[in-house]
Amino acid sequence: MKIIVLIKQVPDTEEERKLDTSTGLLDREAGDRIADEITERALEVALRHKDGNKGSEVVVLTMGPLPAKEALRKALSMGADSAVHVVDERLEGADMALTAAVLAAAAKRTGFDLIIAGNESTDGRGGVVPAMVAEHLGLPLLPSLNSVEITEVSVRGEAALDIGSLTVSAELPALMSVTEWAAEARFPNFKGIISAKRKHVETLSLADIDLDSAATTTTPVLTTSQRPARTAGKKIVDDGTAAQELAEFLADRNLL
Amino acid sequence: MTNVLALIETSSTGVIANTAPALIAAAAKLGTPVAVVATQPGAGDSLVEQLGMLGAQQVYIAESTQVGSLLVGPQLGALISATQALEPSAVVVANSIESRAAAGMFAARTRSGLLADVVDVKTDDGGAIIGVHSVFGGAYTVEATVSSAIAVITLRQGALDERAVEATPSVTTVSLDVESRTSAKIERVHAAGPDSGRPGLRGAVTVVSGGRGLGSKENFVLVEQLADALGGAVGASRAAVDAGYIEQGSQVGQTGITVSPQLYVALGISGAIQHRAGMQTAKTIVAINKDEDAPIFDVADFGIVGDVFTVVPQLIAAIGTRSN
Ligand SMILES: Cc1cc2nc3c(=O)[nH]c(=O)nc-3n(C[C@H](O)[C@H](O)[C@H](O)COP(=O)(O)OP(=O)(O)OC[C@H]3O[C@@H](n4cnc5c(N)ncnc54)[C@H](O)[C@@H]3O)c2cc1C
Repeated sequence: MKIIVLIKQVPDTEEERKLDTSTGLLDREAGDRIADEITERALEVALRHKDGNKGSEVVVLTMGPLPAKEALRKALSMGADSAVHVVDERLEGADMALTAAVLAAAAKRTGFDLIIAGNESTDGRGGVVPAMVAEHLGLPLLPSLNSVEITEVSVRGEAALDIGSLTVSAELPALMSVTEWAAEARFPNFKGIISAKRKHVETLSLADIDLDSAATTTTPVLTTSQRPARTAGKKIVDDGTAAQELAEFLADRNLL
Repeated sequence: MTNVLALIETSSTGVIANTAPALIAAAAKLGTPVAVVATQPGAGDSLVEQLGMLGAQQVYIAESTQVGSLLVGPQLGALISATQALEPSAVVVANSIESRAAAGMFAARTRSGLLADVVDVKTDDGGAIIGVHSVFGGAYTVEATVSSAIAVITLRQGALDERAVEATPSVTTVSLDVESRTSAKIERVHAAGPDSGRPGLRGAVTVVSGGRGLGSKENFVLVEQLADALGGAVGASRAAVDAGYIEQGSQVGQTGITVSPQLYVALGISGAIQHRAGMQTAKTIVAINKDEDAPIFDVADFGIVGDVFTVVPQLIAAIGTRSN
């Protein structure tokens, strides 16, 4: 089975993330960029299948500027077999619709039985890219799975919706997105890091995936403004009366 | 005014979800609100009156026997069918797992721009549709528009308080052919746990959250007791969820639920940046933590350096005395 995992590089959430208020784009200088944790968990789901099914192949796919290659290298060192990187100047500031069109075209070119994505990225939080990719490729979508079962012909899992949860399934080919409860990602080991250097990263431009004409964003940003940061208020050390004081504070603000 | 579609969510038993009022209100801000709902044949009529009370001027019922057994496909089909009939300028859906999947597929199918997880919508002087986003835990406000003919919008749950004016809707009923090949099958529905009688976390006015500092599932009851004393919802940090103190659906934060209540109380939570990203737009924040250097105090309007097991029972007692 050939599994494509969608990998995304995002600003490290351990640091404050910044937008450039003049362009509306991410301020890439503001902090480190790392592979989004949720996409590493998606990779883990694929690697577990590969661990138990030797003939399987795992390809990691990303769209992003040159440094996004680092996220692919990490995925290769965790155990992915090869990587595909779509990089093109015209993709700067790409919105979700364009991103999904690009990922779908690259996936089609690569070939697959199953595509696995994270349910939503820590930066965008839109959670719609997996659905858009599925639609472009005419695939059934299994969204936000907390648990996953993959067989040679089908996929099944539990999707926690807002009211209760559902067991859902589909025949392959299909696209699933996973939540952070689906799998805990493994760490690259020394052997993985060494062998990753020899693995192939294919670099594609928009022309390579025949998307030259479609490369426009349909959701232009109009304004970006920064909210004033919160400031610390009153802080007291409990000496036995703190609860009473807090109750008064809440009552004064009509919060009781 | 152009039509604006609002995709109405229903539960497995056919009850209108609590996301409907805000969706119809958002649609009404952009044009003539049309409630679109996918139902089993014959099950839509009973919803019309309620949707009218919420402000729908038209109810578009797409009937299919596949509703409830195919995921997303019926809702997508309903939107496509309504779009062909009504030529809307926008489609508004809840930013829930199921609806945003339908929105994503709809946008890809119709080559429309999509504004995800907006907290408000409006139009500019020329009538262009604008979505207002709250980004990076509320640190930024970003406004974006859509250059395609139809704007697809997913609305953050609980973000929009406005309500549309009541209407007497016209009703259109169509029968829907759902492509089963491209939809996942729903094999089983697992109902949510017993109703605690507490408000849901999304959109709650008061949220009391507990973290790893509670130490055990048994101790976590303290969080629930304070939530009940304040009439609020129960939330948790990821560490508390990972430790099994409470179920996943209660996780507040960057990879959990984003809440924006009037009052947020953090008990035994350090206030890691990923947790703050999901709660720092709360109007008033209260934190109780043993560690005086915990980062949660940087955003708290009222912080107590103390033990939750001492302070919280006293607080519950003090609240009880006041309400008597
Ligand atoms: C990609 C990513 C996404 C994440 N997403 C989320 C998310 O959505 N939500 C989230 O919450 N976290 C998230 N995290 C995890 C986050 O970084 C923190 O690990 C987590 O929030 C810590 O939870 P905590 O505050 O309960 O635990 P801790 O950091 O362990 O803090 C426990 C606190 O309890 C205090 N305490 C202990 N005993 C007592 C007592 N008796 N009385 C009073 N105080 C006491 C301690 O002083 C301490 O400050 C994410 C992390 C990553 C990397």
